[in-house]
Amino acid sequence: MLSRYARRKFMNVFVRSTCVAATVIALIPLVSVLYYVTSRGIGGISLDFFSELPKPVGESGGGMANALVGTLKLIFLACVFGIPPGVLAGVYLAEFGASRFGKLVRFSADVMSGVPSITVGIFVYSLVVLRAKHFSAFAGGLALGVLMLPTVTRTTEELLKLVPESLREAALGLGLPKWRATLRVMLRTAAPGIATGVMLAVARVAGETAPLLFTAFSNPFWSSGLNEPTASLPVNIYNYAVSPYEEWHRQAWAAALVLLLLVLLLNVSARLLVRSRVGAR
Amino acid sequence: MSVSHEISPLIRPRSKILTRFGREVNWGDFVFHRTTALLAALLIAALAAMAAAMVHGSAESLKTFGWGFVSSQVWDPVRDVYGALPFIYGTIASSLLALFFAVPISLGVAIFLSELAPAWLRGPVGFLVELLAAVPSVVYGLWGIFALAPWLRTTVEPFLARTLGFLPFFQGQQRGFGMLAGGIILAIMITPTISSVSREVLRAVPSALREGALGLGATPWEAVRIAVLPYARSGLVGATILGLGRALGETMAITMVIGNRSEISASLFAPSYTMASVIANEFSEATGSLYLSALAEVGLLLFVVTVLLNIVARLLVWRVAHLPQGGSL
Amino acid sequence: MFARRNLIVGLLLGLVACKGNQPAPAPAASDVAPALKKEDAISLTGAGATFPYPLYSKWISEYNKLNPNVKINYQSIGSGGGIRQITANTVDFGATDAPMKEDETKQASGKLFHIPATIGAVVIAYNLPEAKGALKLTPEVLVAIYAGKITMWNDPKIKADNPEAKFPAKDISVVYRTDGSGTTAVFTDYLGKVSPDWKEKVGVGKVVKWPTGLGAKGNEGVTGQVKTTPYTIGYIERAYASQNKLPMAELKNKAGKFVAPTIEAMSAAADAVEVPEELFVSLADADGDAVYPITSYSYLLLYEDAKDAVKGEALAKYVWWGLHDGQKFSKDLDYAPIPQKVLSKVEGRLKQLRSGDKKLLTGA
Repeated sequence: MLSRYARRKFMNVFVRSTCVAATVIALIPLVSVLYYVTSRGIGGISLDFFSELPKPVGESGGGMANALVGTLKLIFLACVFGIPPGVLAGVYLAEFGASRFGKLVRFSADVMSGVPSITVGIFVYSLVVLRAKHFSAFAGGLALGVLMLPTVTRTTEELLKLVPESLREAALGLGLPKWRATLRVMLRTAAPGIATGVMLAVARVAGETAPLLFTAFSNPFWSSGLNEPTASLPVNIYNYAVSPYEEWHRQAWAAALVLLLLVLLLNVSARLLVRSRVGAR
Repeated sequence: MSVSHEISPLIRPRSKILTRFGREVNWGDFVFHRTTALLAALLIAALAAMAAAMVHGSAESLKTFGWGFVSSQVWDPVRDVYGALPFIYGTIASSLLALFFAVPISLGVAIFLSELAPAWLRGPVGFLVELLAAVPSVVYGLWGIFALAPWLRTTVEPFLARTLGFLPFFQGQQRGFGMLAGGIILAIMITPTISSVSREVLRAVPSALREGALGLGATPWEAVRIAVLPYARSGLVGATILGLGRALGETMAITMVIGNRSEISASLFAPSYTMASVIANEFSEATGSLYLSALAEVGLLLFVVTVLLNIVARLLVWRVAHLPQGGSL
Repeated sequence: MFARRNLIVGLLLGLVACKGNQPAPAPAASDVAPALKKEDAISLTGAGATFPYPLYSKWISEYNKLNPNVKINYQSIGSGGGIRQITANTVDFGATDAPMKEDETKQASGKLFHIPATIGAVVIAYNLPEAKGALKLTPEVLVAIYAGKITMWNDPKIKADNPEAKFPAKDISVVYRTDGSGTTAVFTDYLGKVSPDWKEKVGVGKVVKWPTGLGAKGNEGVTGQVKTTPYTIGYIERAYASQNKLPMAELKNKAGKFVAPTIEAMSAAADAVEVPEELFVSLADADGDAVYPITSYSYLLLYEDAKDAVKGEALAKYVWWGLHDGQKFSKDLDYAPIPQKVLSKVEGRLKQLRSGDKKLLTGA
């Protein structure tokens, strides 16, 4: 029989290789999907794509410029509606969350993360669109923001809780008021991790279609400001992908590729921002 | 409670408020507490509003079908007869299947990225895993139709039928589309959530704990198992619940591969139907107040299932956390 | 702490706001410009059926070239969605494949007109590697396949109509639409007409309880399944079959002839059926030699009394244009044009559009 030491060494190697295997397995579908999207989408990427409005079937040179701008608008609105309330709610849960009220909030956040995006869309539709009697980017952004809330809140809470108390004690010991200690010291330390959670939420809502169908609607033309229906990449991808036309399919794949790159870009910039402010880890 | 005037004005409390308990409290702290509490309450309010809207919308269906809605398997819009049992089964089964695949893999990825990978590999690989989250649902669905389902039909399902065909899970016609495809696609979609949050949680564990274990002679894996994982447990569970939430609410991708048949079957090869899918599929076209009300009730049921699963998960964690910790070293 | 992020975000917003106010691209030099007016821009919104979306987006683009100040935004959120939005007045016009029911029309804030705008067909696509010519199906066989009574491709009933073809001993993989859709409504309407048994047991509608088969999402989902899985059969809009080069079955029509779903056959179906006062009617199983039996109209929904006179007039003019000049784009996109005798009835209805006391279409 193996000696105890040998068994421990074996376990170590075994688990490590299992973790490597898990990573490889996790990456296989990604590679497959990326290959799929790129091979079908790269043909549709052209200058036209970024500068032209959509054209109907049969006419060449159409693009998705308005959808690209629309998605940026919607992501911006989603961040406005989702990040500040989400982070601050997470701070509340981490600081004061042991009470019954805190448990209720935590529970609500968990349950809310399971609400289908279409339900949130219908909810915002009845709240905003029916009253205003028109679709708008504002409504779309609100729906996406609501979708982001649970992820941002829970991630903030969990990561704040992990910051060592010694940091807080040091801050308090130096005379900082409690709220300053939390915001400037604890939150700042947890910021890179929170940024990850936020980026995850943004990545997810950037690709959501269902909630936008009844809120932001879509638009074949440019939409000005935030109060008009606006085109967006996911809705266009959906509309084009379910159409019968090969050239629209190509545009859909190209849009999917652009959406991926957009989210990647946002991800990188957010990480860099946070890292430069907070100090590299 | 007065503060020395030699301390910089930055950290001297500006003013104090007398709370109703007679304690002096810093004004900033007061505002901070109340503001964050307000925003936290916003979450409850949003959820309550959605729940209220759903109850209001399903009133007609609740009145017409009562408990029969939950026990009946008949979903017939032509005759206006509705029953949601197959959808409840489909949702729970596909989400649990997704967790079954995703949790071990995500945990493996998280441990790999936070503990085992060389520094130069961490960034790129972590990025790639997060990129999985950026792929739109629709794209996953299309990939599922054209890449995953055929692969399952031609390679995986025959293999499973040959080796494990005596189990009821691997019997029946192999079409590629079905519960297995749905579970796999969901697993792929929730992996980035669970693994990214888990990775951050693991990274946030103070290295002193890890180093302490290593200093006592633990192998790297033992250090993780003994020192890091227990400390990070709450965060890991939180990550899993976020992933579960995502799986329960996913609509687009799963409806494109799960076969969409409202039947209950033990086999993973058989088609199934989830609550989120039926809402997404039929809401746009539904006309007729009872039909819409039935769909709203399905939404309400999904809500209830989410609540129940969350309670079960919390209870499990509570039980595990309170078990005696004998022999862990 | 979020200051820098806010700065970047603010810059983005500025960029976005600037971009957002860009005018629409200049119209191409047009040879026909009867309606160019120097007015403020008019925006119209419409929602509804997915089926006519390619045609309507062509109409919108062409009309915008002629009238750059009129911008029409049509989105396909489904016929039911279209009916709901026009009823709630969040859009200016709706579009539906299946006509509205009485209880739906009651909920609208005013009287709604159904305007038949174009004609489409539901085809039976299949994936049979051994087949050479087009598959010939009779209504009885088709019903039996979808009812689960005929389960194998080499069933003698299928062979009877296709004597020269070879059929393998394989299961038929039946595919239906899981999402509510006008395509299903049209298909089940036909099945219900040719088989009273089907009408009684399964019924007609946008969503039905299918006796057998797998559900796929959307026309593209069914197309995808038929394309990738051998021995599959499914029903889809004509455009999907022709664009994806899927074989389409020839159906035996009421007159006993096997007809392929060509544009001419679709027009023949429209010619064969008299359109009543309400302007909506089923074209399924029409009687005529050259008729393709699973054809249907797709309708636009307009309020008789438009609240906003300017918008109402713009909409009325657009729909008039669509029903006259717009019809020439039908064939290339796999639709059939509205026949002349129906068109005269529709013209009469369009002339009834008003806003208050003012009629919206004068002269024209």
